[in-house]
Amino acid sequence: MLAFTLRRMGQTLVVLLVMSFIIYGLIGLMPGDPIDIMAASMPGVTPEVVAKLRAIYGLDQPLMLRYWRWLMAALQGDLGFSRTHSQPVLEVLTPALWQTCKLMISSFVLSVIAALILGVVSALRPGGFVDSFVSLFAFAGISVPVFWLALVLILTFAVALHWLPASGMTNVGDGGVMDQVRHLTLPVLTLMLANTGQFTRYVRAAMIETLRMDFVRTAWAKGAGAWRVVIVHALRNALIPVVTIMALSFGTLFSGALVTETMFAQQGMGKMIYDSILSNDFNLALSGLLFATLITLLSNLAADLAYGWLDPRIALK
Amino acid sequence: MTDLATEGALASPARAIEAAQSVWSLRWRRFRHHRAGIASLAILALLVLFCLSAYPLERYLNLDSNATDLLSRYDPPSATHWLGTDEGGRDELLRLMYGGQISLLVGLLATVIGGGIGVSLGLVAGYFGGRLDSFLMRLTDGVIALPLLPLLIVLAALDLTKLGFSSEFAHSGAAGFWRIVVIIALVDWTAIARLVRAATLSVKERDYILAARASGAGALYVMATHVLPNIVTPIIVALTLTVGRVILFESVLSFLGFGIVPPTPSWGNMLNNAQELVTTAPALAIYPGLLIFITVIAVNFLGDGMQHAFDPRSERR
Repeated sequence: MLAFTLRRMGQTLVVLLVMSFIIYGLIGLMPGDPIDIMAASMPGVTPEVVAKLRAIYGLDQPLMLRYWRWLMAALQGDLGFSRTHSQPVLEVLTPALWQTCKLMISSFVLSVIAALILGVVSALRPGGFVDSFVSLFAFAGISVPVFWLALVLILTFAVALHWLPASGMTNVGDGGVMDQVRHLTLPVLTLMLANTGQFTRYVRAAMIETLRMDFVRTAWAKGAGAWRVVIVHALRNALIPVVTIMALSFGTLFSGALVTETMFAQQGMGKMIYDSILSNDFNLALSGLLFATLITLLSNLAADLAYGWLDPRIALK
Repeated sequence: MTDLATEGALASPARAIEAAQSVWSLRWRRFRHHRAGIASLAILALLVLFCLSAYPLERYLNLDSNATDLLSRYDPPSATHWLGTDEGGRDELLRLMYGGQISLLVGLLATVIGGGIGVSLGLVAGYFGGRLDSFLMRLTDGVIALPLLPLLIVLAALDLTKLGFSSEFAHSGAAGFWRIVVIIALVDWTAIARLVRAATLSVKERDYILAARASGAGALYVMATHVLPNIVTPIIVALTLTVGRVILFESVLSFLGFGIVPPTPSWGNMLNNAQELVTTAPALAIYPGLLIFITVIAVNFLGDGMQHAFDPRSERR
């Protein structure tokens, strides 16, 4: 188990390193050039000065060398300076990361709970009325464009009913816990609805499979109550693949979080990446993308380790 | 008819005595009993018809879908503008139809290209095995681990002139269209590649393939004539589900302003000014997203129906 853990952690580091190089290269291919942008804000700047600036910032060096310098600085905690925020990248990144974690974790937990209930109930009678209804709901969740779902929720709960705020993170002059919760409700609901569909399908499939197994029949035969059979015997075993696949999808929540944050004007990682790419803030975009990749990689790592831990047969392979 | 009869006989001897049937007609018969699948097929046919009737309707109503008229912004529905007009005074219904053509076309083309990449890599990895296989599968795992939407945004923002394309091409409408198709295809091939690899592994040791190889057939020939036809059904199902995902990717990219560039309409970019629509013309904020939703949910149910038809064992689920 220890060897397995170490090997998977090593693999994660390698993938992160490769990705950092690819993202670094891609950012260099984006329109505009940091020095040109700088020069544009300085009236009367001569081409010689521009060339000198380029040399000072090392932008006349080959890609590999620039990447190496950036990597060495990043490893020491220096991710550069954000042009649009006029702050070190790390100081912009930290609150955004915290905001995104609140959104992602709360909608993830709620989706998992909803999916467990819906999945188990529909697996009890596959093809029945409840199952058909849940399946329709699950398919709808998989098929809905997240930004449109957000729009519909805004139209319903903010514009028509005035129950909840449509955007922002706090009201001016308030900012208490309840105010924050009210502003987070619609974003969390959006992301939760969009994810529950896929999760429900996982739970349902795993439960149907498990309910057919011999040990479940044994449990029925020895006279265990329905609740005990379904929850204690079947669900516990069905959870092994389900936990893994849900942990794997935690990273994919990030794509949804980007859309949700943009729609509801939440200053999280997703909106930060989106804004930084729109405004040519290269350092911020680079670090934001790397952190997004890191979130995905870490959730995959957690999924693999959880699988090995929950099902000892796996780790032996 | 004789060869069809033998094929049917191989698939199901009992049925073949009743009437000569090909394996595909058996599959069609099973598909017909999947109500959601049939309904989806009908809905998709209607949607295609809806989108293709754009030009005739434009002629009939004597309108120009691209002509802006700032005096008639957000007009309510009328005899000439059946669904009213958008923020540029253009006919909403015609824009929905033309936008649908673009969205559906991107969905199909990116699926074909991404499917091509996935099928080729999966076949090669599964058939040859060894180092090549482990390299290709690590690559696939790496791409799966990426945060897709942020990555797509970066790819969509890349400056094509820095990649060596002429500036004329980089700013043309065709480049905008193909860029979306290509970048989505470049990230969405992993599911197909894994599936094809697994299916190839399961058939490549069968006797008929060994026989073909023993009689001197080359690898390419064996893959094309013996492996591929025998694993085609799961590929079709997976490709169908890919179409739905691609349409969602296109719509969200266009919505965020990194996809199809206006004035060319797509269901995603018609919601670019959603924040304004929510308060001024809520109906216009609903239509494009609703069409995306209906299309994708129909595509997903179609895939589900085909899965049932192609794999009778899954029928009792």
